[in-house]
Amino acid sequence: MDFVKWGLNPWGESILTHVSWTLFWASLVAGLMFLVAHGSYMLLSAHRKRPATETDRLEATFASLPERIERHSLMARLFHWVMAASMFVLLFTAFLPVAGVKFPWVTWHWVAGLVLTGSIVFHIVHASVWLDFWSIWVGPKDMPELKAELMRELGREVPGPKSGKYPLGNRLYHTAIVVTALGAATTGVLMMSRVRTPIFTRNPYLLSDATWGVTYVAHGLAGVALVGLVIAHVYFAIRPEKWWITKGMILGWITRRQYLEHHEPERWRVTANPPAGRP
Amino acid sequence: MAVIHDVMPAFELFQPESTADAVALLGRYSPDAWVMAGGMDSFDWLKDRIKRPSVVIDLSRVAELRGIKERDGGLEMGAATTLTEIVRNPQVREKFGILAEAAELVASPQIRNQGTVGGNVSQDTRCWYYRAGWSCYRAGGNICYADTPTAVNREHAILGADRCVAVNPSDTAPALVALDAQMVIRSARGERVVEAEDFFIGPGTDITRMTVLAPDELLTAIRIPATWAGAVFYFEKVRDRNVWDFPLLNVASATSYAGGRIERIRMVVNAAAARPLRLHAVEAAVVGQPRSEETAERAGQIAIEGAQALRYNAYKVPLMRNLVKRAIRGNGDT
Repeated sequence: MDFVKWGLNPWGESILTHVSWTLFWASLVAGLMFLVAHGSYMLLSAHRKRPATETDRLEATFASLPERIERHSLMARLFHWVMAASMFVLLFTAFLPVAGVKFPWVTWHWVAGLVLTGSIVFHIVHASVWLDFWSIWVGPKDMPELKAELMRELGREVPGPKSGKYPLGNRLYHTAIVVTALGAATTGVLMMSRVRTPIFTRNPYLLSDATWGVTYVAHGLAGVALVGLVIAHVYFAIRPEKWWITKGMILGWITRRQYLEHHEPERWRVTANPPAGRP
Repeated sequence: MAVIHDVMPAFELFQPESTADAVALLGRYSPDAWVMAGGMDSFDWLKDRIKRPSVVIDLSRVAELRGIKERDGGLEMGAATTLTEIVRNPQVREKFGILAEAAELVASPQIRNQGTVGGNVSQDTRCWYYRAGWSCYRAGGNICYADTPTAVNREHAILGADRCVAVNPSDTAPALVALDAQMVIRSARGERVVEAEDFFIGPGTDITRMTVLAPDELLTAIRIPATWAGAVFYFEKVRDRNVWDFPLLNVASATSYAGGRIERIRMVVNAAAARPLRLHAVEAAVVGQPRSEETAERAGQIAIEGAQALRYNAYKVPLMRNLVKRAIRGNGDT
């Protein structure tokens, strides 16, 4: 099986052209298989939840906190849903033709790509200036949490740190999506110089044939990876035990009990009244 | 550049004697099977060794794919009917003269004797960058060599380009779209009938194909409804030499008049884009108008709206405008 496609340029040189679309099917199947495997595991495994009494005790301790805890600002939610919509348009316009549904997809694709790129740029600025930038990243400090999470998934009753603002799985997913989406967006913006748009002047000679080949392959790899990642994301978003997170992304807040049940107040500090004027 | 070789690479040759057998073979061997009717497009590809199918299905022995018969006041032509048979058919000449005229302007008598109407509408583009075997978009690559700053693109598209700027080279295709023809397509999955206008696709829809034909599908017949029988037709082809050449542009129109005004019209231009372009905006603008110089002028201007010339094909813009004007003016028939 070929993972990439090769071609010949006018000088007879062998050049990369694309990823093989077999990888799209592989990513699609892998995403669906993960979904089935995880769903089966959650049904059959002995994973442990934290006891309700622990949360009851925390509620009594933190009774001064508001009933609703702001989790995502309006701007953060707008970014998320605009990015989600553009991502779906990008994936459907990219891969429906591969799956045999033929339609003029290119304009839809690059317009959605620009929306995604714009929202990513906005998000980087917004998160850097107005949000707790480091709260979404993973690092060595998260090892105890990872160990405790794994133990609980394996059915062991273990104490251990809860997450900060974002659960560990959330942060790991964010890291994966940063790498793939930035890869797709960067290569996609370059590729726009090969199509006719009112924005850029076409310049097929912007890069050498070999560099273009790498660019197209990188774009394709990021695209097929996003298929599996988006399947996993949608799956977790609609899982019953994760629904409170999704609801938080819709409404912007979670309950005090959810906050105390899933988060470590020391790692995600919430004040009784959120600062005014926060975007 | 590709070099014509005398000997084609080896392939397994099948010569079915029925449509059912041909379709079954396609179902079994596609996408590695190559369908050959008259061979006018096929032999170039095979001798240049650009296309290397493992199987060739030769339709020349399938008698049911040939011939022209009446159907509901219109006509049904087998896809393997030769262009000469179409040119000489009395019913075609009487009812749908535009098709006979278009077929007669294809290439040369020898090629028309061998070439089929199905092959003429299904033939691949003549973009030499693509046919030279380079890895352009149409060949599965990631660049259009004809749309670069130094490309030689005199024959290429002025409309409908989407990464690839190749054009459809068929003469009969615009005539069939003007006649509101239908394409009968068969595969192991069954039969489907596609409007001629929808049979051809641009690079935006599928950059590696020029028609909706899937690798396992066979164009078996072309039906022309009675709708435009005996209408006023106009066909004009402009090419570099008067025989044996592909169109730089061609125009086909079918018009009916009432009270000196245009009552209905279908107008199609080919070799301006990767598919025959039906000029809907022109049609809408001229219906109800008299056949006059003013109407022709307006039609010509509307036709070229959005045209985008490449380095060497700017001449196609005024050429298309003038062809549309001439089609509105007509040959003096009403």
